[in-house]
Amino acid sequence: MQQLISLRVDNTPGALMRVAGVLTSRGYNIDSLTVARTLDPTLSNMTIVVNVDSETYDEELLIKQIMRLVNVIEVVDLTNAQAVTRELALIKVTVSPDMRPALLKEADIFRARVVDAAPTSYTLEVTGASEKLDALIELLHNYGDVEMIRSGAMAMERAPQGDHRNTFAKASRVPERTREPVKT
Amino acid sequence: MSSLMSGSQILLESLAREGTEIIFGYPGGVTLPIYDVLYDHPIQHVLVRHEENATFAAEGYARTTGKVGVCMATSGPGATNLVTGLVDALMDSIPMVAITGQVPEHLIGRDAFQEADTFGITRAATKHNYLVKNIEDLSQIIHEAFHLAKSGRPGPVLVDITKNVLTGRTNYFPATKMKPLRGFHVRLDPDDDEIEAALQFLWASERPYIYAGGGIISAAASPELLEFVELLEAPLAHTVMGLGGLPSDHPNFISMLGMHGSYAANMGVTETDALIGLGVRFDDRVTGRLDAFAPNARVLHVDIDPAEINKNRRADVGVVGDVKRVLQKLNVRLRETKESLGGHNRENRAEWRARVNGWKREHPFADVSDENEIKPQYLMKRIDEISNGEGIVAVDVGQHQMWAAQYIRFNHPRLWVNSGGLGSMGFGMPAAMGAKFGNPDKLVFSISGDGGFMMSLPELATIASHKLPVKIIIMNNGWLGMVRQWQELFYNRRYSSVAMDAFPNCELLAAAFGIKGRSVDTPSELEVGLREALAEPGPYLLNVNVTREENVFPMVPSGGAVNEMILAPPKPVAVGD
Repeated sequence: MQQLISLRVDNTPGALMRVAGVLTSRGYNIDSLTVARTLDPTLSNMTIVVNVDSETYDEELLIKQIMRLVNVIEVVDLTNAQAVTRELALIKVTVSPDMRPALLKEADIFRARVVDAAPTSYTLEVTGASEKLDALIELLHNYGDVEMIRSGAMAMERAPQGDHRNTFAKASRVPERTREPVKT
Repeated sequence: MSSLMSGSQILLESLAREGTEIIFGYPGGVTLPIYDVLYDHPIQHVLVRHEENATFAAEGYARTTGKVGVCMATSGPGATNLVTGLVDALMDSIPMVAITGQVPEHLIGRDAFQEADTFGITRAATKHNYLVKNIEDLSQIIHEAFHLAKSGRPGPVLVDITKNVLTGRTNYFPATKMKPLRGFHVRLDPDDDEIEAALQFLWASERPYIYAGGGIISAAASPELLEFVELLEAPLAHTVMGLGGLPSDHPNFISMLGMHGSYAANMGVTETDALIGLGVRFDDRVTGRLDAFAPNARVLHVDIDPAEINKNRRADVGVVGDVKRVLQKLNVRLRETKESLGGHNRENRAEWRARVNGWKREHPFADVSDENEIKPQYLMKRIDEISNGEGIVAVDVGQHQMWAAQYIRFNHPRLWVNSGGLGSMGFGMPAAMGAKFGNPDKLVFSISGDGGFMMSLPELATIASHKLPVKIIIMNNGWLGMVRQWQELFYNRRYSSVAMDAFPNCELLAAAFGIKGRSVDTPSELEVGLREALAEPGPYLLNVNVTREENVFPMVPSGGAVNEMILAPPKPVAVGD
């Protein structure tokens, strides 16, 4: 299983290390992590996808221990929340001259853009859900050698609509009431 | 008002403004500018003989005074030597500020002499840490460090300061107000509905049991705890961190629970239907096998750290807040409803009290003594009689720690000093030293095993240098006793690397440091030694050779259920059988 966590942290040296430390000290592997500053330049947004195939995994404890960090301002667990998740990939694929039109057509289906063209290869840029990227990459293997860089997922909670919103670990450092522990 | 000051001056000025009176430290290359200012500064600096002991001394000071302990070390090896004490303070939630020097900014990352990534190394060893590269940030960061160290759940904060900051000069403006920390919010007060839920929980119980820990000490909640115990008329067991929270002489006190807890405490927690955890963290040394811990109980858990609620044991009622304030509010409501709501299960609770008191009466910690040999339990009993619940006792880690916790009474908070969570050997003597600096008028015992004593031995020099009247007791059984006990019970008596041979002659050792001392082998000699130790105005080193193979009981084997205690030693078997 993968857990998707979105955080707002101080844009300061060490903040990334502290958050990553809570995960790595338990031996959990971070599948992807993106971080960049927010509209307020003193803050950064972080999206972490962590692989949690462990019997000892306790998502509530993990979130609380991340929230405890002084440099962490907000934590939202988006794993089961209504959220928009996007990832960007740059894909360089070698392609023979006769296959070039076909490749471009496939790229179009995925709304991938050509950002560099060379006599023997194209470089494509594509954004989307991680599964869409996986599908495109799989397909491109049919054309030639594939070289790829992915950004890792970034996620944003959808604006609230009715009751669909996941309220676990609400965007607040004020501890949630623990009387009725919420398990997502 | 401002004036041009060096970074080192600003550092000490900021420390003084935070109320620092004493620093435990050890100088070095990059901290030379600080020590130059310290030379004629009103803050006292105590030169320890190893940086690790500076952290333990700062902890001993903090644990007994409630103030923030301050320690200092130079870059590289000085800083890395702090790590054990930082983790120790982190585990036991002790407020501490550690100052380290760092190589000048332009040398960072260039493998400079005595350079280490202190900021990286201590990240997981502290509640928070800082690297100061800009002199303009220094005073603000020092004030933040103190704020973080003592607010909410206390803990250690390290401030690593580059040499160029220490030698630089700037206009110093005393920080009048701290910038708010966006990511650090402490919830002190519970909501009324949480208090009501707790109240319902308490009055619904037939067999309530209070399990109180270090949070009571940190929050200075002893008066409220006493009132709570008397309103609820429930038995109370302390964790090893909580001792002294409720006076040991209180009739409802049933001693410590857990691995070496009392029979009454462990039976009680197994039988209770309402476990009331106050400032505790359901540590594995308390719970034993988790699924067998308080198996019949609903749980009320009060802690200031939200991450503690549901961590090891799911709470039926969790209250995040300062335990002092929670108890204040609860006590008001308990008093108001004692006659009404409190009436429902009154008889059941009285019956329960009688049962627990029966366990307490019938199974006290064993009265072990011998005419010729000094039994370790007897040694603790004698120290208990002398201290009479009023003295400070700082212990190391191992068998003597558990016997001391079992046999010595503490009738006030902040008298009992031990490394509870981390279990750091070598902690005791430097901690006693820090405690004595903070409490010059109190009787301070340092009790160590022969193993732990050897780890902190260089501090005899610090103690001698200050003629610090610490009564140093070595409970000497010639082994790493607790490890040997486990080897005896679980490893077929294969005593692997536990013999503490070549132990120094303690009378000569004391003399070599210029302090009084004696080594004793029999109960009558022990009396002479104790009398001399108490009469001596300065430090005293008393080496007590005790029965070699004595075990701490009761004992819950690791991973066992707490009611499956081993109560008494198995039949004696000679070594080699």
